[in-house]
Amino acid sequence: MANGTIAAHGTAEVDFYHVKSKHKGLLAWLLTTDHKRIGIMYLSCMTVFFLTAMTFGVLMRLEMLTPGMTIMTAQTYNSLFTLHGVIMIFLFIIPGIPAVFGNFFLPIQIGAMDVQFPRLNLLSWYLYIIGGGLAIFSLFGGGGWVDTGWTFYVPYSVRTTTNVSLSVFAAFVLGFSSILTGLNFITTIHRLRCPGMTFFRMPLFIWSIYATSWIQVLATPVIGITLVLIILERAFGIGVFDPTLGGDPILYQHLFWIYSHPAVYIMILPAMGVVSEIIPTFARKPIFGYVPIAISSLAIALVGYLVWGHHMFSSGISDTSRVIFSLLTFIVALPSGIKVFNWVATLYKGSIVMSAPMLYAMLFIFIFSIGGLTGLVLGALNTDLHVTDTYYVVAHFHYVMFGGMGIIFFASVHYWFPKMFGKMYNEKMAKVAAIIIGVGFNVLYFPMFIMGYMGMPRRYYDYLPEFQIYHLISTVGSWILVSGILIMIANLLSGLRNGSKASSNPWEGTTLEWTVPSPPPLLNFDKIPTVDHGPYEHPEIARRKEEESK
Amino acid sequence: MDTNNHHDEHNDGHIAEAHHPSYGVNILVWIGLLSLTAVTVAVAGINLGSLALTVALIIATVKSLFVVNFFMHVKFDNKVVKIFIGVCMLIFVIVLILTFFDLTFRF
Amino acid sequence: MSNNVNTAVEEVQEIHMHRDDFGSKMGMWLFLFTEVLLFGGLFILYAAYRYIYPEAFVVASGELDVFMGGINTVILLTSSLTVVLGIVALQKGNKKLCLSFLWITVFCGIVFLVNKYFEWGAKFHHGIYPKGPALQDMSEGEVMYFGLYYVMTGLHGLHIIVGLAFIGFVMWQIKRNILTADNFQRLENAGLYWHLVDIIWIFLFPLFYLIH
Ligand code: HEM
Ligand SMILES: [Cu+2]
Repeated sequence: MANGTIAAHGTAEVDFYHVKSKHKGLLAWLLTTDHKRIGIMYLSCMTVFFLTAMTFGVLMRLEMLTPGMTIMTAQTYNSLFTLHGVIMIFLFIIPGIPAVFGNFFLPIQIGAMDVQFPRLNLLSWYLYIIGGGLAIFSLFGGGGWVDTGWTFYVPYSVRTTTNVSLSVFAAFVLGFSSILTGLNFITTIHRLRCPGMTFFRMPLFIWSIYATSWIQVLATPVIGITLVLIILERAFGIGVFDPTLGGDPILYQHLFWIYSHPAVYIMILPAMGVVSEIIPTFARKPIFGYVPIAISSLAIALVGYLVWGHHMFSSGISDTSRVIFSLLTFIVALPSGIKVFNWVATLYKGSIVMSAPMLYAMLFIFIFSIGGLTGLVLGALNTDLHVTDTYYVVAHFHYVMFGGMGIIFFASVHYWFPKMFGKMYNEKMAKVAAIIIGVGFNVLYFPMFIMGYMGMPRRYYDYLPEFQIYHLISTVGSWILVSGILIMIANLLSGLRNGSKASSNPWEGTTLEWTVPSPPPLLNFDKIPTVDHGPYEHPEIARRKEEESK
Repeated sequence: MDTNNHHDEHNDGHIAEAHHPSYGVNILVWIGLLSLTAVTVAVAGINLGSLALTVALIIATVKSLFVVNFFMHVKFDNKVVKIFIGVCMLIFVIVLILTFFDLTFRF
Repeated sequence: MSNNVNTAVEEVQEIHMHRDDFGSKMGMWLFLFTEVLLFGGLFILYAAYRYIYPEAFVVASGELDVFMGGINTVILLTSSLTVVLGIVALQKGNKKLCLSFLWITVFCGIVFLVNKYFEWGAKFHHGIYPKGPALQDMSEGEVMYFGLYYVMTGLHGLHIIVGLAFIGFVMWQIKRNILTADNFQRLENAGLYWHLVDIIWIFLFPLFYLIH
C-alpha cells in the first residue's frame, strides 16, 4: 500500500522526463506546469532564435568583407542589423538565463517543488513564443523588414513604411512575458524557501535572480507604454513624439533608456550570479565575500536606474544632465568591481579544477573586464562624444553583452548539463570549443575597437578603403567564432545522445540542486530539505567548525 | 522539527484573521475622500498661481494614501508590502527627477 | 521504514497543494507596480509637456467639463467603497450582501464608462481628436494636451473594463461558493486592482480637469 502510493505519485524514483502525466507526447510538454520542463522548452526555442540571429550577424560580417556592396544592398543590411539586434536582445539575452536556468534551478536551489505560480509560468512561456513568432512574422507581412535598429528611435520609426508596428508589438508581448517571470520569481523567493533557508543562506545565483526580477517588474512597463505610444503614433498621429506637432523626440529616448539601461543589468546580473556559483564549485572554496556580492546585486539593480542618460550624450539633452549622468555612470562601476575582485579573491589559494564551465567563467572575467573598462571611456562625456555611434560602441557592447551574458550562458549549459539531462558531455571537446570561441571572439570584436576609434561609423554597409584590413580580420574572426559555437553545440548534442550517465553531484557542488538525482524527479525532493548552513560550505566543513567552536 | 521560516512575512499563508473587518471605518474613509474631492475642485477655482499644481497634487496624494491604507488594507498589512510599495515609488520619483535635470535646463 | 517514506510523500503532496493567500497577494501587488510604472511613463510625459507648454495646458483644459469629471470621481470612489464593503460582507459570511455590494461596483464602473463615452464623443463632435480639424488649428501645447488626454484616459478606461471583467469573474466564483468567508483572497486581489484604477483616476482628475 505504502509503496503503491509512492509509485502513483512518482516522486521517489522516476525523473521528470519519464513521469506519467495526463497528457502524452508533445502535449505533455505544451501543457506542463513543471518548472523544469518549462526551462527546457525555453532552452530549445532560445537556441533556435540564437542561431538565427547569429546567422544574420555572420551575413553582415560577410557584407563588410570588402568595401561597397559585397552580398547585399544597404536596405537589406539595415534590416539585418535590426533583426539581429531585436532577436539577440529581446529573445536571447534579456530572457536567457532567468527563463532557462532560473526556471530550472531557482525552485531547486531554495528547496521548493515549483515556482509560486506554475500556470503563470507556462503563460510566460507562451507569451515568449507568441512574441518571437510575431517578430519573425513581421518579416513577411506589411511593408517589409524593419530597418530602424533595435532601438526604434523616433521620428524615423514613425515615418518608415516598414513593418515597425508589428515588431514593436512583438517586443511589447515579450516584455509582458518578462514581467510575469519576474513577478513569479520574486514571490517564489519570498514564499517558498525551505525551512532554514534564510535570505543570507541563499545561493548567490538566487540573489542575482532576485535583483533581476525586480528590474523586470519595475522597468519593463516603461518600455511597454513607450512602444504602445509608437504604435498609436503610427496609427493615429497623437503627436507626443512628433516634432512637427510639438512633440519632443528626445523624450522617447528618455523613456526608451529608462528601461533599456536597467535592462542591461537584467542581462548581466544573472550571468554574474552563475559565475558566483561556478567559481566556488571549481575552486573548492567558499566564495570570498558572500554578503558584499549579494548586496551588490541589489545595489546594481538600484543604481542601474540612475544612469540611462549616458546613451544620450549626443542627442541634445541639457549640459547639466549630461554632466550628472556621466558622474553617476562612474558610480555604477563600483558594485561590478566589487564582484570581480571577490571572484578573483575566491580563486586565490583555491584548488582550482579547470573544467569547461570554469574555463568559460575565466573567459568571462577576461572579456567582461575589457568590456567594462571600455565602458568607462563611453561613460566619460568628452571621450564618448568622440567615439559615439562608431564601431567602438559595437565592440563595447558585444564585449559586455556577448562576452558577459552570452559566454556565461554557454558556461551555464555546461555547468548544469549533467543535472538537466542526466548525461555527461565530452569534457575535452568542450574545452577545445571554449578556446576556439575565446579566440574567435577577440579576433572578431577587437579590431572593432581600433576602427571605431579611427572613426568607422556603425550601422553602415559600406566603408572607406582604409578600414579594409580591420574589417577583414573581423570577418575572419566571425568564422572562427561560429566554428567554435557549432563545435560546442555538436558536442553537447552528442553528449545528450551518447554521454555517460551523470551522477547526482559530478562537480562536488554544495548547493541544493546537487543533492537531488540527475535529472531530478517531478517534485524535486522526496522531502522538503532543511538547511542549516550557508550555500558554499560542505556540510562536513560546517560540522567541523561547529565542533571546534564547542 | 521546526518547519517555520521565522520571517515576518512567513505566517501560515492565511491572512483572513489579520484584523477585524468592519463597515464603519471604510464608510468614514469614503466620506473623507468625497470631501477632499470637493476641496480640490473648490481650491482649483481660487487663483493660486504656481501653487495650484502643488496643492492639487498634495490633495491627490492624501486621497491616495487613504485608499492605499484603508481600502487596500496596507495599514494593517505586513511590513514587506510597505517596503515593496516604498521601493516602487522611490524608483518612479528618481526617474522623474532625473528626467527633469534635462528638461529644466533645456527649455 | 516504508511507513516513514509514505508520510514523506504525503507531506510533500500536502505542501505542494498548500494555499498561500499572502503569496497570491504579493503577486498581485507586484503586478500593480507594473501598472503604476506603465502609467508612470505617461505621467512623466505629462509632466514634461506641462512644463514645456504651461499656458496651452490651461487653455486646453478649458475644453473639459469639470462637472462631468467630478461626477466620475465620485462614482469611482463609491465603487471602490462598495468593493471593500463586499469583502467585509464576505468575511462575515454574508454572501448575498457581498454580491449586492459588488453589483453596485459593477454598475458604477459601467456608468463611468458611459460618461466617458459621452465626454469623448463630444470632443470628437467638435473635431478635437488627433489629426481632427479643430485640433489642427490649435497650438502645439494643446495638441500635446489632447494627445495625452486621449492616451491616458483611454488606457484608464481599458483598465476599468479589465477590472470589471475581473470582478465579474470573482462574483461568479462567489456565487458558486468557490470563494467563501475563509477563502476570499481572489476577491481581495480584484479589489486591489480596482482601487489602483481608482487611484490613477484620483490623479488624472486634477491634472486634466482642474487647471485654471
Ligand atoms: C554570433 C556572432 C555575432 C556576430 C558575428 C555579430 C555581428 C554584429 C554586427 C556585424 C553588427 C552590426 C554593426 C553595425 O553595422 O552597426 C551587430 C550589431 C549588434 N549585435 Fe551582434 N553579433 C554577434 C552576436 C551578438 C550577440 C550574442 C548579441 C547579444 C547578446 C549581439 C547584439 C547586437 C546588437 C544589440 C547589435 C546592434 C544592432 C543595432 O545596431 O540596432 N550580437 N552584431
Ligand atoms: Cu547604459
